[in-house]
Amino acid sequence: MNCISNTNPLLKVRSLSKYYGSYIGCRDISIDLWPGEILAIVGESGSGKSTLLNCISGLMKPSTGRVCYRNHNGEVDLVACDEAERRQIRRSELGIVYQNPRDGLRMEVSAGGNIGEPLMANGSRHYGQIRETALAWLEKVEMDTARIDDIPTQFSGGMQQRLQIARNLVTNPKLVFMDEPTSGLDVSVQARLLDILRRLSGELGLALVIVTHDLAVARLLAHRMIVMRQGEMVECGLTDQVLDDPGHPYTQLLVSSVLQT
Amino acid sequence: MVKDEQMAGCKTAPNTASQSGYNYAYLDEQTKRMIRRAVLKAVAIPGHQVPFGSREMPLPYGWGTGGIQLTAALIGPDDVLKVIDQGADDTTNAVSIRTFFKKTARVRTTTRTRQATLIQTRHRIPETPLDEHQIIVYQVPIPEPLQFIEPSRLETRKMHALSEYGVMYVKLYEDIARYGRIATGFDYPVRVNRRHVMSPSPIPKFDNPKMDHMPALQLFGAGREKRIYAVPPYTAVHALDFEDHPFDIEKWDQTCAFCDSRESYLDEVITDDQGGRMFICSDTEYCRNRRAAGNTQHPGSPAPAISPNRSEDRKTL
Repeated sequence: MNCISNTNPLLKVRSLSKYYGSYIGCRDISIDLWPGEILAIVGESGSGKSTLLNCISGLMKPSTGRVCYRNHNGEVDLVACDEAERRQIRRSELGIVYQNPRDGLRMEVSAGGNIGEPLMANGSRHYGQIRETALAWLEKVEMDTARIDDIPTQFSGGMQQRLQIARNLVTNPKLVFMDEPTSGLDVSVQARLLDILRRLSGELGLALVIVTHDLAVARLLAHRMIVMRQGEMVECGLTDQVLDDPGHPYTQLLVSSVLQT
Repeated sequence: MVKDEQMAGCKTAPNTASQSGYNYAYLDEQTKRMIRRAVLKAVAIPGHQVPFGSREMPLPYGWGTGGIQLTAALIGPDDVLKVIDQGADDTTNAVSIRTFFKKTARVRTTTRTRQATLIQTRHRIPETPLDEHQIIVYQVPIPEPLQFIEPSRLETRKMHALSEYGVMYVKLYEDIARYGRIATGFDYPVRVNRRHVMSPSPIPKFDNPKMDHMPALQLFGAGREKRIYAVPPYTAVHALDFEDHPFDIEKWDQTCAFCDSRESYLDEVITDDQGGRMFICSDTEYCRNRRAAGNTQHPGSPAPAISPNRSEDRKTL
């Protein structure tokens, strides 16, 4: 099963597999992602969603396969390139939002410092400008700018997640990976966060890869989605198409298991 | 091989081993060689932390084991040793280390910066400028400047290798956000030779400019952390800062109560329990020299002991 075409995508994943010993993390996955597109990866727990995300975002080295990212320099294979280049690309052009904000934030550093860090990592050395940018981003993720000097432990879970999103978007990346960004948040906070994400990705022309087990999140945000089961991609296509007319028996089961209101 | 070793030891220090039961300058010759190799590598890559097999020394970690091992590996009978602790020649730590090398290496010791060939220091650089014939050895508690931001040693090594020093500025950012200025007063991170970010050891930032293009060789030893690093003579050393918050050193309204110096680093000394205090040079040798040259605080200048207003004093208590 694959989900590819012949034009020039932003990210090309080709026959990617990850084995943990003899156990299959994910197997023979091929995906294309275009600029500005939102792709959801859904599936039950243990289906290999996070493994796949970690492999294509460069956090984990896949066992086989290629992950080609296209930027102004042409195409870079994120698996084969050297670490310095991979870190450089990750720092300036990619973002990773973790399920648990503690993994993505520096908990002992103020909100402003957290948002400013990627800027400083990319060479910004002007305090005033860093501060201004941090304030602007707090506003964009609908946080109170007066709390710029508070540390993340003083924020609620939803605010921490918004802070993490601001920190990832401040460098104007082209592609952001998100691992269950809204799980663990209550429904109203979830809705607000999804609103922010949809608005920002539209404004910035940002491509998003979102791992979620929540089909509602996929329906609200994603243009396309892929369904995973036991490490393999069983279905892919436009979100509405997959959710309204699921082809694979597993997808049918998944869709029908959502409570209807 | 063993014979060669013994002969090499004998060359630098005749008849010492047999007399005291200890090798010349306490450490055995193989250990000294290992330390010298680390020093050579450190000098070749300015600011890079070189691991070395730090030995147990006859004093606790944190009292200068790294510095003592460097000094022991470098010292020879012709050297003249000066040891300072917070600028002073007469504190316990300085006196003990000086006595240690007087006994084990039979070297001449001095308190005069100009006479010394080897200076071991804790937390200060002498006010008297050093020259090409001198080596200054710093005692370092925490050699990794990135440690406070990034606890993983694997990661910090990668960051050094790839020159990823953006996070260093997060600490300075936090300072300005919280205090309105860069409040880091000692162990102020520097960039050496426009490449490695290095901890200058806990010297006050007042001393940072002295490290830049210093004619003397600067060596840093961290005994507990088992790291040696170096700044070769005439190497660029720059304190990290922001464009709109440039690096700045401490300034005092007072002058030294003894020698009236405006240039030296001043210690605040509490003189009584009424809030009385005075400011004196931290570098005792520098202060003594100035007094010997006839400098004293003028009668017209502010009194050495300052008694602040009593009620304010109580408030702070």
